[in-house]
Amino acid sequence: MYSGGQLDEEKVFKDPVHRYIHVRDKVIWDLIGTKEFQRLRRIKQLGTTYLTFHGAEHSRFNHSLGVYEIIRRIIDDVFVGRDHWDHSERLLCLCAALLHDLGHGPFSHSFEKVFRLDHEDFTQAIILGDTEVNAVLRAVDGNFPQKVAEVIAKTYPNKLVVSLISSQIDADRMDYLLRDAYYTGVSYGYFDMERILRVMRPREDQVVIKRSGMHAVEDYIMSRYQMYWQVYFHPVTRSAEVILTKILHRAKKLYEDGYTFATKPTHFLSFFAGHVTLGDYLALDEAIILFYFQQWQYERDPILSDLCRRFVHRRLFKYTEFHPTNEQMAKLIELTGLFKKAGIDPDYYLVVDSSSDLPYDFYRPGEEGERLPIYLLMPNGELRELSRESVLVDAISGKRRTDHKLYFPADFLEDLSTKRTVKKKIMEILKG
Amino acid sequence: MLTEHAKVMKALAAAGEIAGRKKLQKMIYIAKKLDFPFYEKFDFHFYGPYSEELTCRIEELCALGFLHEVKEKKSGYVQYRYTLTEAGEQFLRHYDWEMPGLAECMQAMNGQNARFLELVSTVLYFEHLSKDEVKEKIAVVKSKQRYTEDEIEEAYAYIEALRSRCNKGACV
Repeated sequence: MYSGGQLDEEKVFKDPVHRYIHVRDKVIWDLIGTKEFQRLRRIKQLGTTYLTFHGAEHSRFNHSLGVYEIIRRIIDDVFVGRDHWDHSERLLCLCAALLHDLGHGPFSHSFEKVFRLDHEDFTQAIILGDTEVNAVLRAVDGNFPQKVAEVIAKTYPNKLVVSLISSQIDADRMDYLLRDAYYTGVSYGYFDMERILRVMRPREDQVVIKRSGMHAVEDYIMSRYQMYWQVYFHPVTRSAEVILTKILHRAKKLYEDGYTFATKPTHFLSFFAGHVTLGDYLALDEAIILFYFQQWQYERDPILSDLCRRFVHRRLFKYTEFHPTNEQMAKLIELTGLFKKAGIDPDYYLVVDSSSDLPYDFYRPGEEGERLPIYLLMPNGELRELSRESVLVDAISGKRRTDHKLYFPADFLEDLSTKRTVKKKIMEILKG
Repeated sequence: MLTEHAKVMKALAAAGEIAGRKKLQKMIYIAKKLDFPFYEKFDFHFYGPYSEELTCRIEELCALGFLHEVKEKKSGYVQYRYTLTEAGEQFLRHYDWEMPGLAECMQAMNGQNARFLELVSTVLYFEHLSKDEVKEKIAVVKSKQRYTEDEIEEAYAYIEALRSRCNKGACV
């Protein structure tokens, strides 16, 4: 049905990052129209970041189209006709790019942590299961859904194809850095993507970059570094994420304890019970989650209602730097005891959040046997790892930076109408 | 709090010293697949299952002075060795729970080389497939390592032995 199938005329989507997303292949057009792909409109790309950067309301739908467009440009404008590139893989690459985030759920980072789920399992399940996406892919070829699933899972035999979608300089990262910078309104996420695409070269196992394009890649690495600290690791966003996680934990705990909800958590039941079907998963989106948070503000349980009010009205936890040395750990234990004395449950109101809890990373050259680094293609045909050539990248990747914060409800502690002495003691410790 | 950090520290404490980040990654992945409660997210990468979250956690533990990292130049590449520091041992005293069987499991795996652990972790990654399909998969995704049929059989036997004996608190 789809073999080489093209639309009668090219369709375009207006896009603020890439100007236009061009669609010529019928299969891509049909995939975009499936209900599983349309669901991505209802899932924000940056989760709770909109509570810090109010523009960050963009969705996984925008990003998925952006990744598709970048791959399309790489293949059609740069790779076609070059050594190592097998053009029969074109449609597979485009489909994998479009569908790579298909299994993301609402506020997926917190959701996955609490319910021990992995969105990549759901991406596989949607592509291989009884879905509209699967039906479109099967019309290309009976084995095509499996191939697309393998590219996204990074287990497809052609590693060059995998590296286009997932590597240290891939279409996914390039799109989200530019897109997130645009929507958050920050200026440091920009880099010259057009230049990077022009200097990309296919090799047997991965994409490499011509040495002459090193400075464009340096700019990309700098953007990645800046975005991590300025946007992705922003302490206020993390505060919202901490509260969101605690709401889900509390609701699960109440369910397990047999609490009667005023607003029954119908959509969450299979998640609480630990046997989630694909249908249950696809039925959830951020509008539904926020509906429950709105309703749970009025629950009898004081912790659930308070946490939901905090999230809905952006009354977030405050934070202090926390460097968990042994001395600080002793203080944390003392604080835990004092919170209990003050009648504030530390399981929900005293939270350490670390940079390793976040789903983002820096560029790392790594050691033999880790992830593949970025390689520069030297004029003599030799490949050299980026940080060996670039002083700038060496400086960034050689210095590790980690971050831990301690989150707490300052408003509770500042209310001295009850437990005055113990709350004052807590504030003294928190202020160091 | 910091429970996931403490779990990784417990694993390292049990192993004594781990030579190589790849080896460390594979040991934690295998332990996770043996149902020890590690919650780091692993993806399939060029060299098998890999967790960015675990890499970050190790960096944090080094930065806190709980792990000692030594960089060594090998022929053509760099390798890192990890051991617990005294401060790390002190940190672990805040966590008085145990993961029964973990120590034996980590010690047993530490006696194996990184190449073999890469194979074991890859077999576990594809364990939802039949044995023949796993062999086919390894031939394709690990073509450069040239694993033999015997090595793959050995990996299966090793996994079985790990599973049956770790549960009893005494690993192979």
